[in-house]
Amino acid sequence: MTKLLEWLFAVSLVGVAWGLVTFDLLDFQFPAVYREVAWPMPVYLLVVFGCYSLATVGYRVATFNDCEEAARELQGQIQEAKEDLKKKGLKI
Amino acid sequence: KTSEDSDKYSVLLPTYNERENLPLIVWLLVKYFGESGYNYEIIVIDDGSPDGTLQIAEQLQKIYGHDKIVLRPRPKKLGLGTAYIHGIKHATGNFIIIMDADLSHHPKFIPQFIEKQKEGGYDLISGTRYRGDGGVYGWDLRRKLISRGANFITQVLLRPGASDLTGSFRLYKKNVLESLVERCVSKGYVFQMEMIVRARQLGYTIGEVPISFVDRVYGESKLGGNEIVSFLKGLLTLFATT
Repeated sequence: MTKLLEWLFAVSLVGVAWGLVTFDLLDFQFPAVYREVAWPMPVYLLVVFGCYSLATVGYRVATFNDCEEAARELQGQIQEAKEDLKKKGLKI
Repeated sequence: KTSEDSDKYSVLLPTYNERENLPLIVWLLVKYFGESGYNYEIIVIDDGSPDGTLQIAEQLQKIYGHDKIVLRPRPKKLGLGTAYIHGIKHATGNFIIIMDADLSHHPKFIPQFIEKQKEGGYDLISGTRYRGDGGVYGWDLRRKLISRGANFITQVLLRPGASDLTGSFRLYKKNVLESLVERCVSKGYVFQMEMIVRARQLGYTIGEVPISFVDRVYGESKLGGNEIVSFLKGLLTLFATT
């Protein structure tokens, strides 16, 4: 199954469950509180996901390692390499 | 430490106008492979660079030997996927290392890739900038944001089981790389992503090693709207077809 199909399947399952409870499609006679909680769930979950995404990406950007040490080391090695190659006969 | 087993590592270096960087990357490869004792060769795939990259490569061949520096040039810029195919055809190693020739990928990580691969028998090792003490030098806030944002969307949509999908510093078993390249159809960043996604589909095992990516080119080549759009198009295609 492609990822798209997996998503559509999962969304359909959740959608059916939500519809069943919110509109009492099978006439289960749920207590009113079930319907009150279920009804805004989709929007609520989207908002929660949105906040989670922002927080996660924000955290990851803030903690993205800056490899200062690696850049310095590379600079030093570039010098070393140039000198060594010149000795070995490389002509630029 | 000397290597007694028969493993040989072929490093593929596709080049285009890397006259200045090629000798430096080769020097570093020779240094770290020499110190580690692993058997290797460096295959330079130059796509007709007008700046004389091939001539520099020929000099390096004289210095380091034809068995260590192998030249397999092509007449013009033909793309990365075909460069890999071309390189694999001429590789005498049983492992292939792919990396950038512009010094953003440092050969010091190669022994770590090799050791990780031996440790877990992995089919491929991916260098990751996003985990452990991996990271990047030379990126501003905007670039980091785009990178992390794109990676997040990719993780949510594709759940690939690897932290760095667009990275191109990797070690593959030769037969694994062969089977993946012939199945992949995308270009650019998305090509590297597709390789990982297909690897998972085919049940290949993936190990990760944190790497530092030193971007000395970012100032000149900004990541523009076009690239972002084509990345998203590619991502959605992978989402819908894999």
